[in-house]
Amino acid sequence: MTLSEGPAAVPLLSVRGLTKLFGSFAACNAIDLDIAAGEIHALLGENGAGKSTLVKMLFGVLQPSAGQILWEGAPVTISSPGEARRLGVGMVFQHFSLFEALTVAENIALSLDPKISLSKISDEAAALSKAYGLPLDPKAHVADLSVGERQRIEIVRALLQNPKLIILDEPTSVLTPQEADRLFETLFKLKAEGRSVLYISHRLEEVRRICDRATVLRHGKVTGACDPKRETPASLARMMVGSDVAQVHRDSASALGDIRIEVTDLSVPARTPFAVSLKKISLKVRAGEVLAIAGVAGNGQGELFDTLSGEYPVTDDGAIRIRGKAVGRTGINGRRLLGAGFVPEERHGHAAVSALPLSDNLLLARSQSDKKAFLSGGFASIIRQDAIRSATRRICEAMDVRKSGEDPQAGSLSGGNLQKFIVGRELDRQPAVLVVNQPTWGVDAGAASRIRQALIDLAKAGSAVVVISQDLDEIFEVATNIAVISEGKLSDPHPAGSLTLERIGLMMGGIHESHLIPEAAHAH
Amino acid sequence: MFEAILLTVITASTPLVIAALGELVTERAGVLNLGVEGMMIMGAVCAFAATQMTGSPYIGILAGILGGGAFSLLFGFLTLTLVANQVATGLALTILGLGLSGQLGEAFVGQPGIKLQPIVFPLLSDIPFFGRVLFRQDLTFYLSMALVVGINWFLFKSRAGLKMRAIGDNHASAHALGINVIRTRYLAVMFGGACAGLAGAQLSLVYTPQWVENMSAGRGWIALALVVFASWRPWRVLAGGYLFGAVTIGQLHAQAFGIGIPSQFLSALPYAATIVVLIIISHNRRTTLINTPASLGKPFVPDR
Repeated sequence: MTLSEGPAAVPLLSVRGLTKLFGSFAACNAIDLDIAAGEIHALLGENGAGKSTLVKMLFGVLQPSAGQILWEGAPVTISSPGEARRLGVGMVFQHFSLFEALTVAENIALSLDPKISLSKISDEAAALSKAYGLPLDPKAHVADLSVGERQRIEIVRALLQNPKLIILDEPTSVLTPQEADRLFETLFKLKAEGRSVLYISHRLEEVRRICDRATVLRHGKVTGACDPKRETPASLARMMVGSDVAQVHRDSASALGDIRIEVTDLSVPARTPFAVSLKKISLKVRAGEVLAIAGVAGNGQGELFDTLSGEYPVTDDGAIRIRGKAVGRTGINGRRLLGAGFVPEERHGHAAVSALPLSDNLLLARSQSDKKAFLSGGFASIIRQDAIRSATRRICEAMDVRKSGEDPQAGSLSGGNLQKFIVGRELDRQPAVLVVNQPTWGVDAGAASRIRQALIDLAKAGSAVVVISQDLDEIFEVATNIAVISEGKLSDPHPAGSLTLERIGLMMGGIHESHLIPEAAHAH
Repeated sequence: MFEAILLTVITASTPLVIAALGELVTERAGVLNLGVEGMMIMGAVCAFAATQMTGSPYIGILAGILGGGAFSLLFGFLTLTLVANQVATGLALTILGLGLSGQLGEAFVGQPGIKLQPIVFPLLSDIPFFGRVLFRQDLTFYLSMALVVGINWFLFKSRAGLKMRAIGDNHASAHALGINVIRTRYLAVMFGGACAGLAGAQLSLVYTPQWVENMSAGRGWIALALVVFASWRPWRVLAGGYLFGAVTIGQLHAQAFGIGIPSQFLSALPYAATIVVLIIISHNRRTTLINTPASLGKPFVPDR
């Protein structure tokens, strides 16, 4: 699709045949892209489709292997981020490139003209953040800020350079719906000022709502250019994935069984200055139930997972019960022996050792809980390679893990495939209780739907499942009941059918019942 | 008596402060150079040799700075350009420096040295007590004080210092912002080397004006401990340096008075003090995290 406004409308940015090779692998393959002045242009694609590589070339972080970039019609070489900024390109990264030990103003100062004084930058940043509705304290240390606030720094930093094109990489993945709405207002303001926005996302509803045009990437190639408002989410998904994504299927309410995991009035102080303390958390999950815990990143999800899994035991033994047994002081293996399974958030270095093959990763996780199956010789604990290999094969088949070779290193798998393996490793035990933190974070749509289906099926087979997730679509897909975590406090659970996105959003922002009760008590 | 002890404390503390300040800058840029001891002894031998050959201890000071700086360049090339392991390279640098300086200095062993004379500030030096202590010192003392003020200003007030702290905190992000990580680190490593060299020159021209093999006697290691002790803050390096200097001198006097503590125990005091302070400061994790360069010792390879 080309611009129809005639020869007068030279696109702000044109990309012709842009290619980036890593060895013989083409991360981007002959990509064509036009961004007009004053448009919000979506760049859609699954993980690994080449979106980030493309954007890094536009921002001068990577150099293209072939192809041309035209800025306002003239060919340019963007050799460094500084060069990109001089042209008028601003960038808000997905993984924030902020310096935690520095203040907000210092962070902003680093990307500006060194002649401007720090105090002037502070003032300008404060004024700008006010004008665009992004409140910020310039003197705060980044380490003390929430993810949403950190993103604001990135946006203000990009805006201070008065860019013509702003690139946003998955900006809403860390925001509440309300925060996202505020961001969209900012984007519309930018558009009204005649600036262009390149908006990278895999959230189709969002793209349809705010973007004027969309370019879809798959396997490093452009597979479609369209007006997202005229497409359906299904048709966009087809362009992204190349085939129809399997719909996650859930039977309507089945009877719930006994309580499998119970947490009563659990309070845990923060372990590090940047951690969240857990405050009086209570939850009950029955057999057959999926309890989904929603919340914006950094509100205690990781801390809650650590206490549930036993990675950090708590002092009050009775605060956590698995199948009726008090396990607060029991470590992770003791809890696994009771039939619980755990999948942490970080794939590399936490759930899996990247440099070890899948079979070793399987053994590491289950050497205690499945001693009989994988170890022989009693005290000598001799590893039974054959049993482990066949279990690895079984898991890979069950979860459709695509890999190169029989038993590759965990690090060589794509994020989605490794995540399928890690979840499958626990499912293979048929755990009575499964606790999963961010099961499909950074995973492509196909793998995500496979994992979600597996979680639902596990609950249907009579297990209790706790899913901690930031992805609201995922939460509504899998949950029987939904609770929201905010600033280390967990709301009461609500049946999934009784909640709306807006209601959850308000709860995620910290407005929920447990806030209101103490206030009411004060009134007396 | 007190004044005399104070003067020896200043002489003993100055090399610690200077070497630690240099290492502080290196580490603020995210590079861990464990070769301070080696660079220091190279500075000492270069300074002594140049002084003997020219007769001018000021040329000796310059030679010490250049010697330490040039020697650190070897570390920079290995760890920054060839991305070798910083810990191993730093240790190797110390071993190499001790050996090489012994070889270079062989001809100078036993020769009487030329002492760097104090620079006396007129009027100011007439102030009772303070004038004699602060304004009748040699060049290295004044330089050490200027370095504390200068480095503090550079790191926390200047834009270049901000960039250096940014590199030390997160080199990948700094690179993404267009800051030249490798070049800045080369400069920081060479500054650290130059300071270690200057500290070495102070040893062979002021502290004990002669050349003795291994005359740095572990001061490079104390300087390294001082940087952590000071949680990467220049003023705390000054305070810590004088504390360690005082402990060293106090230990000598304690021995002279025949106080019945084994000298080995007293010599170990600075290290024991470092451990105690580390335990105390690690309680306040927030301030520690904000001051500690997060990318310290991590290799950096730009993804191009």
